[in-house]
Formats: sequence, structure tokens, C-alpha cells
Amino acid sequence: MTSRSIANPSELAIETTALTKRFGRQTVVDDLALSVPRGSVFGFLGPNGSGKTTTIRMLLGLAQASAGDISLLGERMPQRLGAVLPQVGALIEGPGFYPFLSGAANLRRLDSADGFAPSRTRSDRVARALERVGLSHAADKKVKAYSLGMKQRLGIANALLAPRDLIVLDEPTNGLDPQGTREVRSLIRSLADEGTTVFVSSHLLAEIEQMCTHAAVMRAGRLMAQGTLDELRSAGTTRVSVTTPDAEAAARVLLALGLDTGHPDASGPVAGSTVGPASTALPGTVVTATLPEAVAPEDIVAALVAAQVRVRGFSVDHASLEDLFVALTGEGFDVVQ
Amino acid sequence: MSSNNGAVAARRGVAERRARRSLGLGFLASELAVLFRRRRTWAMLLALAAVPVLIAVAVRLSSSGSSGRGPAFIDSITQNGLFVGIAGLTIAIPLFLPLTVGVVSGDSIAGEANTATLRYLLVSPVGRIRLLVVKYLAAAVFCLAATLTLAVAGILIGIALFPVGPVTLLSGDTVSIGDSLVRSLLIALYATVSLLGLSAIGLFISTLTDAPVGAMAATVVLSIVAQVLDSLSQTAWLHPWLFSHYWLNFADMLRQPIEWSSFGQNALLQLGYVVVVGALAYGRFSSKDILS
Repeated sequence: MTSRSIANPSELAIETTALTKRFGRQTVVDDLALSVPRGSVFGFLGPNGSGKTTTIRMLLGLAQASAGDISLLGERMPQRLGAVLPQVGALIEGPGFYPFLSGAANLRRLDSADGFAPSRTRSDRVARALERVGLSHAADKKVKAYSLGMKQRLGIANALLAPRDLIVLDEPTNGLDPQGTREVRSLIRSLADEGTTVFVSSHLLAEIEQMCTHAAVMRAGRLMAQGTLDELRSAGTTRVSVTTPDAEAAARVLLALGLDTGHPDASGPVAGSTVGPASTALPGTVVTATLPEAVAPEDIVAALVAAQVRVRGFSVDHASLEDLFVALTGEGFDVVQ
Repeated sequence: MSSNNGAVAARRGVAERRARRSLGLGFLASELAVLFRRRRTWAMLLALAAVPVLIAVAVRLSSSGSSGRGPAFIDSITQNGLFVGIAGLTIAIPLFLPLTVGVVSGDSIAGEANTATLRYLLVSPVGRIRLLVVKYLAAAVFCLAATLTLAVAGILIGIALFPVGPVTLLSGDTVSIGDSLVRSLLIALYATVSLLGLSAIGLFISTLTDAPVGAMAATVVLSIVAQVLDSLSQTAWLHPWLFSHYWLNFADMLRQPIEWSSFGQNALLQLGYVVVVGALAYGRFSSKDILS
């Protein structure tokens, strides 16, 4: 588990130490040490049921931690909840609104609940938040007439009611069409440009990869990895593949260079047998190996040629974040109970 | 150095915002607006208003003279329409009023949990104590609206259907129409105070569940259980402690001079319920994990 500190502690928007939540005998969040730097767009990644929402509930003071400490914007939570939360906007596990009130009336109500929000400028704030998520035209429509995507937008509008230092968005693109997803992405980018720290949870890796600067990966309540996207990528392995009719000679050359051909990493792009038949388009056999940092790919080609191995194809593949994600969290529906 | 600047600026931001923290009356206004913008609230008030109207119409249609049997004040109606409001309250107090109060107070927290708005209110942040207090005040305002609806609807239909004149009180004195209207409102106030304990109980039950219907039903059932216990001689020792014990003792408002002791006893008992059950609600809600 990588839990290195990624920044100076005073610059962390969210910091948890040994954060744990148990429901009865089940441990839902286990010894979590999150470090979210200020100004980052932080992706909180994990399959369904990995403890993301429970973590968010603890961060926001909705649920009490069984053990561990939380610091939000430099203040202790939940002790300093009243002082911290006005600077935090949140969308937690789907939006929640009064169906019999209009979108604008719902936002006015939530705004009035914040004792720090001046009532004089309430209508302005509500109108601006609605405009920002493209809901101005439906401001006076009752929420029960909203589509799922409109409710989701209204939930995001609520998070944007006041200028915030931190915005927590739990699965913000749920229920949105591709157009809406793009809008949310650009909204998050514009928030980040204003200096707001954005903490986005998702089970969709592509989403995180497109908009985040940092990410953490959860599995079964545990933190599997955390850091900048580049750090996470470099933690993955790089593999070389050689397509050749002289498979055994090639394997010997790779072995001599210190490349491991024996046990391919399951996260590698070419999983399965190390030496196997290639596709019909490119006759020969593919030999793959993990590439250590010390070896330059061009040296491998030179060595292969020097050993008179007939090379028909050569490629260097970086593990994508997706490979890493699957390696860290498991594949498919094997949600850990 | 720059690392500290961010934190310092954030702390200053927190201090500035705290300086302009409002009293929170805005949220109470918002709560009342939400309560009275619901169709359900108006349907309940209309149903309550129908109680004295039905009584008056029924008595008017069958006014073959005083039959003598029936709830208190019913026979007085034909002589003086101003009694309709009081008769309506008498009939509504055991069931109809607890029913509506159970709906409003039982829905208070569980209803927010059910619409998923509770978590958003709490991270606004509304403050858990403030939310409880505001929810309770709104329920109390509803109690007042409900009893006033009954009294006013009764007086209006009484004036429309029956002769109106100076009222003869239980003590035998006769008071002017104006004085009797004030006394009708006093009885409505008495009934409002009577319901404060039940409102607190409903609020507490509402903190225990995310299912509003369950909280409403439990509150109404408790009000019935209390009245049943109050009518059993075997539980006489318990009677003075039941929140429904003084519910029908408002007749003392109809004496000259007004006998305030039952009002005082009732108010004290209800206050006791508000304090004790309110503390339970606080104890439960302040540490509750909001997972709805």
C-alpha cells in the first residue's frame, strides 16, 4: 500500500489518519490515510461497495468514525464542523430534494440552512448556481418533474451555492448523458482553475483519468494506492513484446539483458503465455517481458539483431491506469464483502 | 512560507464568516414555508375545519330540540352558535388533532431522511441541535394553526347557522360576545399547549427511523395508548403523568373568573415532556450516523 505524503501537511485540503469505520463486525473503511493537496482535482476511485461513500460521510460529519482522525481544510472534524462546512460544497450519493418544491425553492431552502449565508444575496446566489449548471430555464419547475440528469445538476448547483474552498462530488456524472458528463467535466476544470480543491469519487476510471490531477484507489475499505496520476502510472509496469520466428533465441537474449520473461504480471497488456503464437497478420511468435528502468528499449533491439534473432515486430507498452486499477481492485463483479 | 499563507487565509475566511452568522430565523421561516407550502398540510387543516362544520350542519338538520345525549357542548349549540368552535375542539382533541400532529412531528426528521434532504441540510451546515429546535418550533406552530382552524371554523359556521348572543358560562355568569370569542381562542391555546408534549414525542420517534410513515403511526398510537391508560382505574397512579391527562380540562376557561390552575398544571406537564423527550431526541440525533 502506498500511503506516502504527497505534500506539505499544511497544504492538505483533506487529511485522514488511520480512519476506520465499522458497522457491527464489518469493517467498511479500514485504516485509511488520505492526503488530498489543496488545489488538486482528486479522484477517489474504487468499485461499488469499496467504502468511498462511507468515507465521504465521515469527512462531512454525517457519520462518526470508529477510529482515526480527520482534518478538513486544516481544521479538525467533526469538532470544527460548524466552521469548516460552510466552505465545503457537497454532492453525496445522489441528490436529495423536496419533490413538491421548485428547483430554485429547494436551493433557497438549503441556502437558508447555512447560517453563514446572508439572506440579502440569496436569490442572486441561487440564480448563479442554477445558471452554472444550465438549469435556469427549469428554475421554477417542481423537482418532481425533473429528469434524473436535471436532479443531478441541481445537486451540483447546491454544492456551488457559495464560494467554496473544497467541493466533494460523489459520483457526479451518475444519470447524466454524454453531453452532461462533458459539462460536468468542464465545470470541475473551471472550479479547479479558480483554486477550489475538488474531491471526486467515481467507479469509472476513464472519468478520473480525464479530469483529475491526483487519485486514490480503494478496495474493500482499504487504500490501495494514492498519488498524482503520473506517480500512479509509473507504479505500473512497462512491457516489451518481440514478434519473431526465433522465440527461444529471443527469450535467451532478453534473459541475458536481465528482463524477466518467466512470470508475466497479470496487469500487463499481454497477459497469458509468455511465448505464444502471434496473430495471422504477423506470422511468428510473441515474446514479452517486463522492462526494467535500467534497460533502454533500443539496446534490446540491438542485442536481438546482434544475436541474429529475426525481429518482425517490437513494441513497448506502458500499463494504462485501467490495468493498474484492475490489478489493484480486481476484475468484474467480485465486490468484496 | 507560501504553504502557510494558504492555511492562514483559510482560517481568516472562517473567522469572517463566523462573524456574520445570523440568528437562524431565516431557516425557521424556510421550515414554515416548506410546511405550509405542502398540500398535505392544507388538506389536514381543511379536514380539521370540516369537523365543526359537520357538527353544526348535523345539529342544524336534526334540530328537533335538545336530545340531551352526545358530547359536551353539543346541546348548547342550538341556543348559541358560539359554542360550535368549542364543541368542534372537544370532538377533535382525542383523535383528529393527535392524528395531524402525529403526521407533522413524526415526519419532521424521518421525512427529511426519506427525501435524502437530511444529509444536505446537515452539511449546509444547519447544525443538528438547530435542526431539532426548528423542527420542533414548526410542529408547535402547526399545533396552533390546527386548533385555531378548528375554533375559527366553528365560530364562523356557528354564526352562519345558529343564533348568536351573550354566552352563559359554566359558572352561571353571562359574558359578552367579545369576551366569549376571547375565551374560544384561549381554549384553542389550551389545546395547543396540550399537544406540545405529543409533538416532542413525535420528534423523538422521528429521529429513530428513516421511514416517516412508521414514525407518524407510532406517534398516533402512543396518543391513543395514553388516553386508554388514562381511562383505566387500574392505572390511576399513572394518570397525572400521562401527557393526555389534562387534554379535556379546558372547561375551566369557561368559568368566571377563569380558573387558571388546570392550564398551569397542563403547561407544566407538557413542559416536562418537552424537556425529557427533547433531551432523548437530542441524545439520539446528535450522535446518529446519517446513512439515509
